[in-house]
Amino acid sequence: MNAGMEADLTRQSAAVLAGAIAAGDVSAEEVAQAHLDRITAVDERVHAFLEVTADAALESARSVDRRRAAGDRLGPLAGVPIAVKDVLTMKGVPTTCGSRVLEGWRPPYDSTVVERLRAADMVILGKTNMDEFAMGSSTEHSAYGPSHNPWDLERIPGGSGGGSAAAIASFEAPLAIGTDTGGSIRQPAAVTGTVGVKPTYGGVSRYGLVALASSLDQAGPCARSVLDTALLHAAIAGHDPRDSTSIDAPVPDVVAAAQRADVRGLRVGLVRELGGEGYQAGVSQRFAEAVELLEALGAEVVEVSCPHFEYALGAYYLILPSEASSNLARFDGMRYGLRVGDDGSRSVEEVMSLTRDAGFGAEVKRRIMIGTYALSSGYYDAYYGQAQKVRTLITRDFAAAFEQADVLISPTAPTTAFKIGEKVDDPIAMYLNDIATIPVNLAGNAAMSLPIGLAPEDGLPVGLQIMAPPMADDRLYLVGGAIEAALSDRWGHLLIEEVPSL
Amino acid sequence: MTAITRADVAHLARLARLDIAPDELDHYASQLDVILQSVARVSEVAADDIPPTSHPIPMVNVYRDDVAVPGLDRASVAAMAPAWEDDRFRVPRILDEEQP
Repeated sequence: MNAGMEADLTRQSAAVLAGAIAAGDVSAEEVAQAHLDRITAVDERVHAFLEVTADAALESARSVDRRRAAGDRLGPLAGVPIAVKDVLTMKGVPTTCGSRVLEGWRPPYDSTVVERLRAADMVILGKTNMDEFAMGSSTEHSAYGPSHNPWDLERIPGGSGGGSAAAIASFEAPLAIGTDTGGSIRQPAAVTGTVGVKPTYGGVSRYGLVALASSLDQAGPCARSVLDTALLHAAIAGHDPRDSTSIDAPVPDVVAAAQRADVRGLRVGLVRELGGEGYQAGVSQRFAEAVELLEALGAEVVEVSCPHFEYALGAYYLILPSEASSNLARFDGMRYGLRVGDDGSRSVEEVMSLTRDAGFGAEVKRRIMIGTYALSSGYYDAYYGQAQKVRTLITRDFAAAFEQADVLISPTAPTTAFKIGEKVDDPIAMYLNDIATIPVNLAGNAAMSLPIGLAPEDGLPVGLQIMAPPMADDRLYLVGGAIEAALSDRWGHLLIEEVPSL
Repeated sequence: MTAITRADVAHLARLARLDIAPDELDHYASQLDVILQSVARVSEVAADDIPPTSHPIPMVNVYRDDVAVPGLDRASVAAMAPAWEDDRFRVPRILDEEQP
């Protein structure tokens, strides 16, 4: 190993690891082994992973090393390890979505995201924990037990993609894939002091992403720095004919934007409705400081109003359960997954009902029943139909705001990480975690969360949300990169370096 | 809006094919009621003349080339089936002797 490399490979960024592997300073196998060792050492306490694919990871790392030795041209992230949220299919590897109903299921195909990671010669370490079918903000709704926040193991790492965020925050992986239906990439990033991006809806293929709410779901990159996030974004994004909602247009140059990292002359809109009452004091304080920083960096900050955002939570919790109740009808115990009570005398309806009752957790059942209710004749217009109209108004609010500003900002989450168990049986308290992230999913925009400091009252990370119009994902990186560079200058390191060692 | 009763939950559970235990119905009823009261705020918005949005990025007539590609590998699909018999998914009987 080159003397210039820090001894601990798990502390390196993906960009540095990729460079070191490409230069031959370190082998992909050494890098993979270091991360697998780290998982062995800490994951019993963090519980970020549901499945670790150690043998396959080492085999693909050795393949990268062989091909490099043979002089093959490899991708920019070749040999870099990555963790994948357990909602994306990976051929032959258990994919549970955090649910008992899919326990032991080994998909017969790769999702497009996984296919692209393989095509980029990246090394997949395993599958990460999540709230069951991505329904939750804490991973407490995982059938396999919660993940723990590396900043304080008694606290939640966010959700639904808490496993992916915890994996990168505990240096088990430099990169991870998340999915974001109402904030499941951004809120975990905020509470773990990491970076996460929900690309424009349709920017990353949903083929092989087990559907929660098809009109809201979007896979995206998670990492410890803005540049690493951009590199992963570029690796997975782009048109896929197997997803009819995939955007057939060039992917914005997110890597160049992360490198340019410049907000001079940019108009930044402060969303009046996303802040103030209901937001923790330390969150509001760090957010106000970030606004000052943006001004000091040369951005023009203006206040914008999005009057219908206050109805976004209501619209979301009607649209999402409606789509979910329909999507999750496929778990009927007939072709794959769990089957319960098939004793030769029970009917298919009885077996289906027993299977779904045994296989789904309480939150999934709640949402399926809410969706069933909202789609019922007699209630459809008042609930689902009205929610779809509110969705239009929220999209119009965004369009008006983007007339006045190039990007919008808000705190990512109203609070820092809360204690495991604090909100698990109080659905409304749990839903409020996503109050600032949900509008973006309804409108299909791109958005990022990045760390802006620790809340003074509890010493836990606070996230800044940056929102861009559809297909302007590069602006997130322009702004995120500039803020990260300024804060790293001030602190002498990235915020994640302050995470307690496990 | 009407409050959700125990009987409503039983009805929704039956529609959604969830065999929810009788002793859980009250707990779900109170939770669903709170959720529905909270989301019902959308009805405060005057939106009669507003078109609904079902999809965030409007797209119509999305086509791809009509090229045959291999389907899923039959053996690996069969291996994941809860019950497989005579090269088919085996399912429980589909007819009831009496409808409830």
